[in-house]
Amino acid sequence: MSFVNNDLKKVNKIIKKWNSDNEYVIEMLQDIQDEFRYISKEALEQLNKETKVPLANLYHIATFYKAFSLEPKGKFEIQVCLGTACHVKGSQRVLEAFERELNIKDGETTSNKLFTIEVVRCLGCCSLSSVITIGNDLFGEVRPSQVPKLLKKYI
Amino acid sequence: MSKILLHDLDHIKEKKLTEQKNYKAMLMVCTGTGCVSAGSFTLYDLLKKELKDRNLEKDFIAVPTGCNGFCAQGPIIVVQPEGILYQKVKENNISEIIEQHLINGKLVEKLMYKDRLSKKPIPKMKDIQFFGKQMLIALRNRGIIDPGNIEDAITRGAYKALSKALTKMKPEEIIKEVKKSAIRGRGGGGFPTGIKWESCYKAAINRKEKPYIVCNGDEGDPGAFMDRSIVEADPHAVIEGMTIGARATGAEEGYVYIRKEYPLALERLRKAINDAKEYGLLGEDILGTGFKFEIKIHQGAGAFVCGESTALMASMEGKAGEPRAKYIHNVEYGYRNKPTILNNVETWANIPVIIDKGAKWFASIGSGDVSESPWNGSTGTKVFSLVGDIVNSGLVEVPMGITLREIIYHIGEGIPNDRKFKAVQTGGPSGGCLPESLLDLPVDFDKLTKAGSMMGSGGMIIMDDRTCMVDVAKYFINFLKDESCGKCIPCREGLILLYEILDNITKGKGQDTDIEIIEQICDTMVNSSLCGLGQTAPNPVLSTLKYFHDEYIDHINNKKCPAGKCKDLIKFEINDNCTGCVLCDKNCPVEAISGELKKKYQIDQTKCIQCGICYDVCKYNAVTIN
Repeated sequence: MSFVNNDLKKVNKIIKKWNSDNEYVIEMLQDIQDEFRYISKEALEQLNKETKVPLANLYHIATFYKAFSLEPKGKFEIQVCLGTACHVKGSQRVLEAFERELNIKDGETTSNKLFTIEVVRCLGCCSLSSVITIGNDLFGEVRPSQVPKLLKKYI
Repeated sequence: MSKILLHDLDHIKEKKLTEQKNYKAMLMVCTGTGCVSAGSFTLYDLLKKELKDRNLEKDFIAVPTGCNGFCAQGPIIVVQPEGILYQKVKENNISEIIEQHLINGKLVEKLMYKDRLSKKPIPKMKDIQFFGKQMLIALRNRGIIDPGNIEDAITRGAYKALSKALTKMKPEEIIKEVKKSAIRGRGGGGFPTGIKWESCYKAAINRKEKPYIVCNGDEGDPGAFMDRSIVEADPHAVIEGMTIGARATGAEEGYVYIRKEYPLALERLRKAINDAKEYGLLGEDILGTGFKFEIKIHQGAGAFVCGESTALMASMEGKAGEPRAKYIHNVEYGYRNKPTILNNVETWANIPVIIDKGAKWFASIGSGDVSESPWNGSTGTKVFSLVGDIVNSGLVEVPMGITLREIIYHIGEGIPNDRKFKAVQTGGPSGGCLPESLLDLPVDFDKLTKAGSMMGSGGMIIMDDRTCMVDVAKYFINFLKDESCGKCIPCREGLILLYEILDNITKGKGQDTDIEIIEQICDTMVNSSLCGLGQTAPNPVLSTLKYFHDEYIDHINNKKCPAGKCKDLIKFEINDNCTGCVLCDKNCPVEAISGELKKKYQIDQTKCIQCGICYDVCKYNAVTIN
């Protein structure tokens, strides 16, 4: 992926939205992650230029928090909840079913850049466990046997 | 809307009540996250459209509300004022509700909750066992107001306590009242809120600094979602609580730190803050009293350790969320190194009620005698997320001191599918698992801690006899291993070691010396970790070792997992119940199942990956775990 002029404009717009305030670099990184589906080196350098937060610190932040990824993520992010309630209801097996179906592991992206599997710990709707999200859609009471059918809708 | 003054609060309330009286019925559509995922926004839109199309808008109104807590039965619609609850409502039920209930006055029986034993339909929400023993303080407005409508909140009494705090109480009196109520922090630690406020107030005066008010909405505990629900159902309760805190300590700026993973909560909180500003309930000259206070939002980016107070402050300053040594207190040197009060969402939501109804009333609820010190008891109510292997899963608010048995067997109505109760996990990853023998334990801060668990933020995960406790301990240690910030060695290395040992045990590679080594590592972590995360991290292991010791021994000595959970120690087999329906064969992802149609099938153990899909899909209980 190459970083073009237009991308730089988008990054600058995000930085401006948060008034270049260095207390809000986490929010800026969240917006950059949402926009590009990853945090590029160029975006970090631009942040460093505009907010004066040292590049090493930005890299620390970008690797510290779960929400950020230095590699591009797929079009649909599949979040498999492994919160306690989901774990009790067997979400580990749901995760394995996704990994098996897509032939990738947690944190990886399919070669066609369509899906990324991401383990999350609690989406806060424990009454519906096991819970997963695909893109913006949330599914409750998911069983491993339903996984192939769920994926079909997005292919 | 122009800014309102003190007396306008009553005017808004009266106007709104008259408006509401004009409606024959109000249909409260639950739009908490659980119901939304089951399609409640579509239901709400449809209901609104149908009422409009049928020209019924004058008599009936649809109102989107926050979470009712009865999440497993969603989507839920409650018809007020009678309080008729309809559950699992689908789009095609809307016209039925309108025609049968609203127009013809006949209740829709098939959408009612049915009593589990007698199967009799129960029309009214308050008669359903799940709601019966609950007592709502923090969740006082759940299901009753539109969280996006500030006038709804005002009508239910929001900002009344604030006007009292601004006009009739001095800062010291507010602090005294909160101290007397003996409320303790709902975020996990259980530190008395009043003492915290007083220390901050004094530090601010001594250092001649303006303090900060911070609300912790990070809610990282897996299995807990009360803070999310409170913000989604009643954001003004949090705003009012924080503003009262500001009045008590002289703060002019407040921050809410909330997870980005909670988009609905964020959206509603943003709207509530903007509305409050517009109405003059935040900003300059609040309610015309000259008092000023502002609230801003910081979004968390997914780090469990940011629930720890000093890590949260670091994250708010735009840094990685790493804790610092505890001898520096936030009340003196917190956010931006200024005196800071940090309380969690649920605590803030309790404050307006304490100011409104008085400390004496609040302290009369709960357990212990707090007349000498708030440390001697647990007052008020606590919201728990009752989830896992439980019939009525959802969010419940109960008085402190209620027993685990009452919550699990009365409100929760026990374990589904006639399985046996095995353990209840409280306190999140820093808590522990309690066995059946402790079911009569009163739920309060000190009793739970004494039993080897803790209150935490209020996750209560019920586990049935198919749950392996070694696996549960491994699960939490794995979680904490990932979430440890890595700054101090006992936590970082201790968790990696614990995980390796537990992983080996669940794989049948446990050794006789394992338990002794586990105990030594835990001891080191408890005594020498930098922050609460590391100090309490061994709790899940220690509590399961204490109460489920035999299960560890079974794994280590006999290489057996009695609960049938640990993959390397179990085998899936097909018994004589098999009718040869082919369903398991069709669903098996590795083609390990074979046989002839209408005859008993077999599993090839060399191919089987123990994924359990055959067990899930079999309709004849023909797949067994050995």
